[in-house]
Amino acid sequence: MKQQGLSITRRLALAGGAALAFLAGPALAQWQPTRTVEFIIPAGTGGGADQMARMIQGIVQKHNLMPQPLVVINKAGGAGAEGFLDVKGSNRNPHKIIITLSNLFTTPLATGVPFKWEDMTPVAMLALDEFILWVNASSPYKTAKEYIEAAKAGGKKMGGTGSKQEDQIITAAIEQATGVKFTYVPYKGGGDVAAQLVGGHVDSSVNNPIEAVSQWRAGALRPLCVFDSKRIDLKDKVTDTMSWNDIPTCKEQGLDIEYLMLRGIFMPPGVTQEQVNYYVDLFKKVRETPEWKDFMEKGAFNTTFMSGDEFKNWLKGAADTHQKLMEKAGFLAKS
Amino acid sequence: MEALLSLIHGFGVLADPMNIFYMFLGIFLGVLIGVLPGLGGANGVAILLPLTFSMSPTSAIIMLSSIYWGALFGGAITSVLFNIPGEPWSVATTFDGYPMAQKGRAGEALTAAFTGSFFGAFIATIVLTFLAPVIARFALQFGPAEFFAVYLLTFCSFVGMGKESPFKTIAAMMLGFALAAVGIDTVTGQLRMTFGSTELLRGFDFLIAVIGLFGVGEILLTMEEGLAFRGSTARINAKVVLHTWAQLPRYWASALRGSVVGCWMGITPGGATPASFMSYGLAKRFSKNGPKFGTGEVEGVLAPETAAHAAGTSALLPMLTLGIPGSPTAAVMLGGLLIWGLQPGPLLFVEQKDFVWGLIASIYLGNIAGLIVVLTTVPLFASILRIPFSIIAPIILVVCAVGAYTVHNALLDISVMLLFGVIGYVFKKLNYPLAPLVLALVLGDMAESSFRQAMLLSNGSLSIFVSNFLVGSIVALALLMLFWPLISLLLARAKATRPPDGHMVQAE
Repeated sequence: MKQQGLSITRRLALAGGAALAFLAGPALAQWQPTRTVEFIIPAGTGGGADQMARMIQGIVQKHNLMPQPLVVINKAGGAGAEGFLDVKGSNRNPHKIIITLSNLFTTPLATGVPFKWEDMTPVAMLALDEFILWVNASSPYKTAKEYIEAAKAGGKKMGGTGSKQEDQIITAAIEQATGVKFTYVPYKGGGDVAAQLVGGHVDSSVNNPIEAVSQWRAGALRPLCVFDSKRIDLKDKVTDTMSWNDIPTCKEQGLDIEYLMLRGIFMPPGVTQEQVNYYVDLFKKVRETPEWKDFMEKGAFNTTFMSGDEFKNWLKGAADTHQKLMEKAGFLAKS
Repeated sequence: MEALLSLIHGFGVLADPMNIFYMFLGIFLGVLIGVLPGLGGANGVAILLPLTFSMSPTSAIIMLSSIYWGALFGGAITSVLFNIPGEPWSVATTFDGYPMAQKGRAGEALTAAFTGSFFGAFIATIVLTFLAPVIARFALQFGPAEFFAVYLLTFCSFVGMGKESPFKTIAAMMLGFALAAVGIDTVTGQLRMTFGSTELLRGFDFLIAVIGLFGVGEILLTMEEGLAFRGSTARINAKVVLHTWAQLPRYWASALRGSVVGCWMGITPGGATPASFMSYGLAKRFSKNGPKFGTGEVEGVLAPETAAHAAGTSALLPMLTLGIPGSPTAAVMLGGLLIWGLQPGPLLFVEQKDFVWGLIASIYLGNIAGLIVVLTTVPLFASILRIPFSIIAPIILVVCAVGAYTVHNALLDISVMLLFGVIGYVFKKLNYPLAPLVLALVLGDMAESSFRQAMLLSNGSLSIFVSNFLVGSIVALALLMLFWPLISLLLARAKATRPPDGHMVQAE
């Protein structure tokens, strides 16, 4: 008898609680991860995406931004296809997020592996990675114009990361815009490319700032122009004489090419808007930390943040651009 | 002498008791990581990287690099005891380490492996201390053609030395090359031999193949032969360490050669795995005991371990000065540097003296600490062999499966591992050598891409491989190695015909 009474009161209490929660609205009932969140990196350990993801993991952990642990997992197979297919196949799983690089667009186009960005739920753009045209400091070329003129005679070698990915796409875009022909040599990582350029094995590269900055500061490499619509907004001196802001855009140099690499976050298909909002919020908090700001400055990132429809529109545009650039360069997989 | 002063400054940085604590913690975790196959140094460091976020960069790198030293030491343990290389660079250690364990000399093999590791690391650290700037410039000379020449040298110093028929060696090697080609091709960006399967996108990871071929294959063989380890009579006491030390000075030549090969491969950066293979190959060719290699020679354990550890240590140099990682683990640590706000590159040595010299000082101390930790545990590890096979074998299988899974977090990899286990068993039954397959699998990809990069640079002309002194001499050395059996035969014949009275020579 007594027991039953107890259970009735408990039931009442529960009902009351539920009613309260209902009345209090979304503030209380907001979705939160209930188990470990997997953070997929569609690239190997040590690369740019890997660094950023582990940085985020560290920040989330240090500032206690999430009630559940965040675990980083590399799924690099097939130029990242393995990671994207995993997320695509995890329908409605809110405990999985993925960081992207340009292979979100390039891998399906170049290999024919069946996925596209619409197969996943876009969460937010964290930053955009800049690309800069570099030459060896001992070479005579002071501006992009001079280098392109010299390259017209042929025989210039462009080093880059991977094949039919961002570096080669930019190279192809330069070729299409100027009629110059480069010998493109694919290497495994950005650090390798920078070292090969310092060693004089290739003539130029389109390294990201963070990959080449130390060699620039040591006086071994020279930046010619940045592939963005405006100059990098960092005016503190990086070398003795120059800041990131002193590097002209390629457009100023008569080379009308823009290319930025997406560092964005996606979730599996079929997740609810509430769940997406949770992560948008989380990454807003991450962006506010001093560690993140410092990281952005060191790597001279373009710190544009987008989410929602704005982000989707950006993605549509970027997907289109890649399709066109790669089609023109003949990089599309034969189907 | 400036280097010496800086080094003393570095030891000063280390004097913080917390740093010493992190060092021992790192070594201990590292040995554990090294023992578990699959959970390699790279994975271990990557997992712990975010934890170091709240430490000072110096403490953090001391702990992470100590994990790395620990893993380098620990990789040898399972290679010797169970024929399962805990790390890729311990594969060559199994060739003589495991036969030694089977003969009941596991303690000796482990002592030799650990001492060799320490010696290699020590030489590499001295090089790092005094020659860093010079060597950094040397590493820049390495373009694709030079890299290919190095891989060629590794293959050439290794082929043609097995007892098996050359055709079986070639068959095994070709299978290795074929497996290495599965997955994405870095030069064209195309998928190869994946047959539309998502699971094959990853390609065949060297670690999974090794765990299967050696570990699972060995268990299958042992089951057939009567469910018992042959090494169970191992002599287990602390004296075995001293006893082994007494005979090690005899092999100074192999140890020194291993260190030189290791330093060179770490700096260029070719990596610890090719270094260990090359060192084993060279030791076998030039040692008096060469013909007995593979049956349980101390020298055959010493040579690869010295080289692996020397390479692992000197791989830090290109990472710090050029920002190019010499090994997968160094790649993760490189990411760590950037996260802590340090920019690896030529200026690191100038701007971050505390960090760089604290790190170098910690390599000295870390390796001494590591040696103490692992040597005191030799009897413990050797006694594992006394556990009955029926108990330990399932445990090993589970550990192998966990290891195979951890490499890529993929369930299918466990089946792939079992498949490789069956292949390993069949290979041994049919007397096919496993080493060429493994070597081709680990180096095939890298050799192929550097060859094709070189071809792109030279517009398809092979002359790039003799275009300068450096690449020309490495290629010449490689060809010399390849034809060494033939050359030594000719030399012997030339000697035999030279003396006027021929019958003296035939007196053997």
